[in-house]
Amino acid sequence: MNELGFPILSFMMAVPMVGAAACLFSGASTARTIALIATLVDFALGILLWLSFDQGAGHAQWQFQEYAPIFGRFAWAMGIDGIALTLIALTVFLMPICILASWDSIEKRVGEYMAAFLFMETLMIGVFAAQDLFLFYIFFEAGLIPMYLIIGIWGGVNRIYASYKFFLYTLLGSVLMLIAMLWMAREAGSTDIPTLMAYNFDPQVQTWLWLAFFASFAVKMPMWPVHTWLPDAHVQAPTAGSVILAGVLLKMGGYGFIRFSLPMFPEASAQFAWLVFALSMVAVVYTSLVALVQSDMKKLIAYSSVAHMAIVTVGLFAFNQAGIEGAMMVMLGHGLVSGALFLCVGVIYDRLHTREIDRYGGLSINMPKYALLFMLFTMASVGLPGTSNFVGEFLSLMGVYEASSWVALVCTTGIILGAAYMLYLYRRICFGDQKNADAAAMPDLTARELVMLVPIGLSVLWMGVYPESFLSPMRGDVQALVARIAPAKPEGDAKLTAGKPQPAAAHGAHEGGHEGEEKHATAGEAH
Amino acid sequence: MLDTASLILAMPELVLTAAGLVLLMIAAYAGDKSAQLVGWLAVASLGLAALTLGSAWTAGGDAFGGLYSGDAFSTFAKGLIYAAAAVSILVAPRFFATGVSGGVLAIRAEYPILILFSCVGMGMMVSAGDMLTLYVGLEMQSLSAYILASFMRQDGRSAEAGLKYFVLGALASGILLYGISLLYGFTGSTSYDGISAAMADGLSSGETFGLVFVLAGLAFKISAVPFHMWTPDVYEGAPTPVTAFFASAPKVAALGLTVRVAMEAMGSAVSSWQQIVVFVALASILFGAIAAIGQTNIKRLLAYSSINNVGFALIGLAAGTAEGVAAVMSYLAIYVVMTLGSFLCVLQMRDASGNPVEDIASLAGLSQSRKGLAAAIAIFMFSLAGIPPLMGFWAKFLVFDAAVAAGMTGLAAFGIAMSVVGAFYYLKIIKTMYFDEPADAYAPAASRLESGLIALCATLIVLGYFFNPLLDALSGAAAAALH
Repeated sequence: MNELGFPILSFMMAVPMVGAAACLFSGASTARTIALIATLVDFALGILLWLSFDQGAGHAQWQFQEYAPIFGRFAWAMGIDGIALTLIALTVFLMPICILASWDSIEKRVGEYMAAFLFMETLMIGVFAAQDLFLFYIFFEAGLIPMYLIIGIWGGVNRIYASYKFFLYTLLGSVLMLIAMLWMAREAGSTDIPTLMAYNFDPQVQTWLWLAFFASFAVKMPMWPVHTWLPDAHVQAPTAGSVILAGVLLKMGGYGFIRFSLPMFPEASAQFAWLVFALSMVAVVYTSLVALVQSDMKKLIAYSSVAHMAIVTVGLFAFNQAGIEGAMMVMLGHGLVSGALFLCVGVIYDRLHTREIDRYGGLSINMPKYALLFMLFTMASVGLPGTSNFVGEFLSLMGVYEASSWVALVCTTGIILGAAYMLYLYRRICFGDQKNADAAAMPDLTARELVMLVPIGLSVLWMGVYPESFLSPMRGDVQALVARIAPAKPEGDAKLTAGKPQPAAAHGAHEGGHEGEEKHATAGEAH
Repeated sequence: MLDTASLILAMPELVLTAAGLVLLMIAAYAGDKSAQLVGWLAVASLGLAALTLGSAWTAGGDAFGGLYSGDAFSTFAKGLIYAAAAVSILVAPRFFATGVSGGVLAIRAEYPILILFSCVGMGMMVSAGDMLTLYVGLEMQSLSAYILASFMRQDGRSAEAGLKYFVLGALASGILLYGISLLYGFTGSTSYDGISAAMADGLSSGETFGLVFVLAGLAFKISAVPFHMWTPDVYEGAPTPVTAFFASAPKVAALGLTVRVAMEAMGSAVSSWQQIVVFVALASILFGAIAAIGQTNIKRLLAYSSINNVGFALIGLAAGTAEGVAAVMSYLAIYVVMTLGSFLCVLQMRDASGNPVEDIASLAGLSQSRKGLAAAIAIFMFSLAGIPPLMGFWAKFLVFDAAVAAGMTGLAAFGIAMSVVGAFYYLKIIKTMYFDEPADAYAPAASRLESGLIALCATLIVLGYFFNPLLDALSGAAAAALH
């Protein structure tokens, strides 16, 4: 079965599912407790999964595999590689925090709310762990149901519009992918994702297949110009809904590119790299500028997500190790940081019930702990060295520089613009005079809120200071991916040549190129 | 000379005919007091008929010199038809006992008997191996259906539904009969095999006309666009148990019939009818999705939903392959469960004094007053919209898979994109139940039978994937039986 002797991935999906069923039939306070316990159990299982994941040299690419052909045309096939592992870890890490964030702010229909969240957790783990094409699709699409209900029932004033837009937008994006999947399963004669990742589709057909998948992942990601559902959904969703949306659901798009678009259609990916680059460049500059003029905090962070996700896409389509590893790191870092930022918004929203930036001011005087943590996450979002996002952004921009120096140039402005809108936001909320009496009277973080934010803050620093913990499980998989897409790799314009290795250097010449990049990254941090 | 083998194959129809006649006698002498008893006996005879299906499944073939074929295909369809008919009989007494606004009207004993006779007709339809058997079966089913539609005589809407159904149905029967006569005239045969053999050497213009008229007549029976206009009115006006029946069993029968005619009688001219089926399928999907958006009556909405669903089922037929036929049959099985579940939920929609309501607006806030019912409706609506992990997704998956396998990727892509339009109005119902402020509460659930059936349907829709291998095997065998 696997290294642990029990099907841990199915187990991790079953725990929240059982919890969800129990929540439906219990009262408010019991439901909260059940949800917290279920998510904590899953988090513990996630740690166990990470610790028992074999990262040693020559490890199997797919681990913890399960296979049960119980559904006729497709199978219950589970299994993870390092890329999926890190995203599952992100999911199970954020979920207990989401439950805590909803502890007091959700007052009506608590049982159903917790059930929806736990169901969502099951589906998110399923998306990252599925090894069967159609099983993946089912989990990918099924996530619409709980999210639609979460936004529609517990959302803000304009929640119904936002829930429809979220649902129909993402559904329309995804359905064409299903047709492409049906064709691929016919052509390759298998629904097994690892098999399909090694199958060479006809480059002519790849174009169409790639576009069908792109429609789905670009909406999910979201990429400009199909990002417009995101600000609406974020603004209307309850805090925990925004956290999950920004933290994990957007990552499904990036995961899809890594798992499907790149390895299955390398030629088409190379052919359309310009399209991805173009859309991403627009997104970085345009959505950053839009973020700059927002008066609603959640909307501002939502637009900043679009800009950050654009860095992910350019990194992915750089076709090299640094770019893809960087994209993964941005996804993980952004999952933590944007989640934390939405939590920070939620903290003050719970007190004043408004998201208007102008209604706050001078919070560092009456909420010093809050101001400190908010500062940390603001800096992480800007990409300050020592925080998670720096590693990812640096690596992916370095990777894309190899592919196209112009793209790198334009996308780097995103860092400057990001600093502008985030620092501007921070100044308006935390610094300055306490111009609003009610905002000035707000109490500082409670113990519950500290328990939510401090772990994220520590993880952000950990990722920034010692990214190797997060890069090492996925390194082999990214290498395999880079090798897979290497034949189709478009020629870059930077034409980098390798330097002459110093014989006396601490790291010998036998180490691979990515190790060199690692050193660059660490060197960058030191400056 | 009696042909015993043929009689054994036709046993389900014989059982139902005999049961119908006996029950008619009981009803005639015991009066409407016996309605409950007759209902249960009718369900029992449906069960008995289902038991006699076995021989046709295992060793089926043509009977009565090719007029009738009792094979795996007809068995599959009959199983669905009998199940749907039994449900329609079981839920009727409570509806008629409390169901009519402005006066109590107990169920009359003819109701289950009419359904039985309708089942005989539907059995003939799916088993027909000859155009004349087809026509007799179709008329038998239709005549019972006309009466059922106007079963609430005092109710103006019901009478209107019956009359409308009758007039338009008669027109469609005429069109169908005209097509059959053309086919007979130009091919010299009314048997499917004979027609198929005559068409094998290319279509003459007379044969083409015959084919078009036959398909037009059948399109009316399956309520496919552009012959759908009777559906919303009849569904709205007919008593709700009858609507549940119309939306399930006759749909299976008519689609099964269409599939058999297309694959057997016109199997040698696939490319000629394929374009018609493609057009009808796409028009039904598109029209069913768009016209449903503005509806305020739940039964009308479900009528448009059934038009929409027929369009998706026809995509499987448009593929023109055995796999496509299997997909259609699986689609029908899943569709019957979804649609019966939905109508059972509609039966639960009663205001505080027990009168039935059909307004979608009255569902507002249902998730707070009746959680279980709201959850069931939400499951059926998400399923009809084709959202995984519910079974409605699998039904669409199978027909699109068949279309893609047959190289009709464009058709599949257009169909699935249109399903997003359809999703909008299903979402509207969920939004009304879950997001809106509560309206007046419904009466509490009063019937264990209905609640149990709803729970059964909902469970099947949620956990149906575990039955996938079984469904694949059954529908595959059914499709293989067509030649």
